[in-house]
Amino acid sequence: MAITTAQSPFRTDPLTGLRIDLTAQALVKTNAVLAVVFLLVGGLAGLLVALTRWPAVHLLPADLFYMALTAHGLVALVVWIVFFEMAVIYFCATSLLNCRLAAPKWAWAQVVLMTVGTAITTVAVLQGESSVMFSAYVPLAAAPHFYLGIILFAVGALIGCFVFWGTLVIAKEEKTYEGSLPLTVYGCMIAVVIAVFTLATGAVILIPAFLWSLGLIKSVDPMMYRVVFWGFGHSSQQINVTAHITIWYTVAGLAFGAKPMSEKVSRTAFLLYICFLQLGSTHHLLSDPGLSASWKIVNTSYMMYLAVLASLIHGLTVPGSIEVAQRRNGLDNGLFEWLRKCPWGNPVFSSTILSIIIFGFIGGISGVVMSVEQINMIIHNTIYVPGHFHGTVAGGTTLAFMGLTYYLVPVLFQRQLILKPLAAIQPWLFGGGMAVFAVALMGAGTLGVPRRHQDMTFAGQALAYDYGGMNQLLMAIGEIGGVISVVGGAAFILIIVGSILMGEPVPANAKCIVAPPADAGGHKKIGMGGFEAPGTFVLALTLFVCLVLYYFVNFKYLATLWPLT
Amino acid sequence: MSNEPVEQQTVLQRVLDDINFIMMLGLVIPTVLYTLWGVMEVASLPIAR
Ligand code: HEM
Ligand SMILES: [Cu+2]
Repeated sequence: MAITTAQSPFRTDPLTGLRIDLTAQALVKTNAVLAVVFLLVGGLAGLLVALTRWPAVHLLPADLFYMALTAHGLVALVVWIVFFEMAVIYFCATSLLNCRLAAPKWAWAQVVLMTVGTAITTVAVLQGESSVMFSAYVPLAAAPHFYLGIILFAVGALIGCFVFWGTLVIAKEEKTYEGSLPLTVYGCMIAVVIAVFTLATGAVILIPAFLWSLGLIKSVDPMMYRVVFWGFGHSSQQINVTAHITIWYTVAGLAFGAKPMSEKVSRTAFLLYICFLQLGSTHHLLSDPGLSASWKIVNTSYMMYLAVLASLIHGLTVPGSIEVAQRRNGLDNGLFEWLRKCPWGNPVFSSTILSIIIFGFIGGISGVVMSVEQINMIIHNTIYVPGHFHGTVAGGTTLAFMGLTYYLVPVLFQRQLILKPLAAIQPWLFGGGMAVFAVALMGAGTLGVPRRHQDMTFAGQALAYDYGGMNQLLMAIGEIGGVISVVGGAAFILIIVGSILMGEPVPANAKCIVAPPADAGGHKKIGMGGFEAPGTFVLALTLFVCLVLYYFVNFKYLATLWPLT
Repeated sequence: MSNEPVEQQTVLQRVLDDINFIMMLGLVIPTVLYTLWGVMEVASLPIAR
């Protein structure tokens, strides 16, 4: 392969000591800023949706509700997250491998295509003829440019993946690092592999839908669409999971000097993701007729549990490595001294740890349980589903991305954060609100309240159903949590944009913000009862017990709903 | 990690370090087990009359 040796300029960052390729830096900044702008748009749409589903407020009429819901799903789930991921993979591949970016022109093409695609699809949604939700199930038809914009966006993202891959190849050929890829870059690589499958699958299904909307092909089979669509729709969530877990590892290293408990175990867990994670796509189709129980169960249970095992490994090793680092630095008393004395007021840390907790306890447990074919019947298409995935994608992914952003603004923009006291509580507002929102919606969903529904009271409808006061209350509590979370999201955007525009420059003699590796020479004994990280072990057992209990409670509940004797 | 000469590395370590092999695995497994198998099931449903 012909690789030019022309070097783009670098700078050495005073805060981290990293050598940063300036072209890559410009791309990282652009993608990150676009991401934050779209988080604002997606969050506002989410506020409108939440204020409609709060029964006492019931803000929007039906047509606007479905328009806002389509916009919220697309912009928050796809646009914000993928732009941010582009920033992350470019940053890791260059700064952490000490390498220049492959094909910067193509990387700019990624930015342009994704921006133009977003603009086109947004226009389509706002024109009102495309309120089809992000899943756009055929034969529900959107305007042709709705699909076109998504396709352009996906092509852009795919180009970004190839730029990342090319950078790995260059780094290897130019020997800019030694040995295996660092774990953080490794995680990005895994995310990119999943992304290539995801985007290819997206093309396979969205291009026919586009041609159909133009009238060039007669029909797209709805069942076929659902199967292929979720290969795209679900796998894209697995990119997010992989990306935010990678960020957990990164922050643990940067903030505590924590080293993964075992590189090999962590990497093997990532390999399990590659083999099994995407198969979970089947969980969207557990209630679909026409697909065999074998296909459903092999994919969601047998295979998926191996991926869940991998998630448990990550969930154990990241806090475990923090615990070990803290104990080595002297916080070795009792089970939880290391945890109590974590920097809870530092938004980089609190975002990350809240992301781990919310993702594990809310998103993770509910996800595993609802992927059981029988239990899925209780909650399929109910508001439980949004409850679950706000635990994963908002409380988990989005919060982790926020934490990394707090870290990167001083590095990339060389500005200090403004409004530090607000920043200290922001992750608690966003994460806490999201946790209330998710749990309350899961409650209402278990009792049958539907998702994607403008009026759960069915006012004026011939075939009405009364969900009762309990459900109205749960929805109100949930949406109040949602509003708190929007306040947290707005605070984040204010702090980040404000810091970029008006923050004090980072002083030239600034203190390094990377923690030195935790007392590495220390062979001193830490931990209790032969465990180096006993606190994490107890927390992991707690998670496991919650999971098992919740699993059986759901089966018990199912049995009362459908008495089988 | 993998600074040792290639002969001394375990098979697992070599798989973990081979990014192109990982890309292949990550594309083939879900394509076969999820997409192709799923699509075959839909395709083999009888058409309603
Ligand atoms: C900022 C606070 C947020 C609030 C208050 C909020 C609120 C809501 C509400 C009320 C729904 C509608 C549920 C229904 O009726 O079916 C919803 C759906 C959804 N939200 Fe959020 N959300 C927030 C953040 C996020 C974030 C950060 C993401 C993604 C990263 C996200 C992704 C989604 C998706 C994908 C849907 C489903 C849309 C559909 O059914 O097509 N949300 N959200
Ligand atoms: Cu899914």
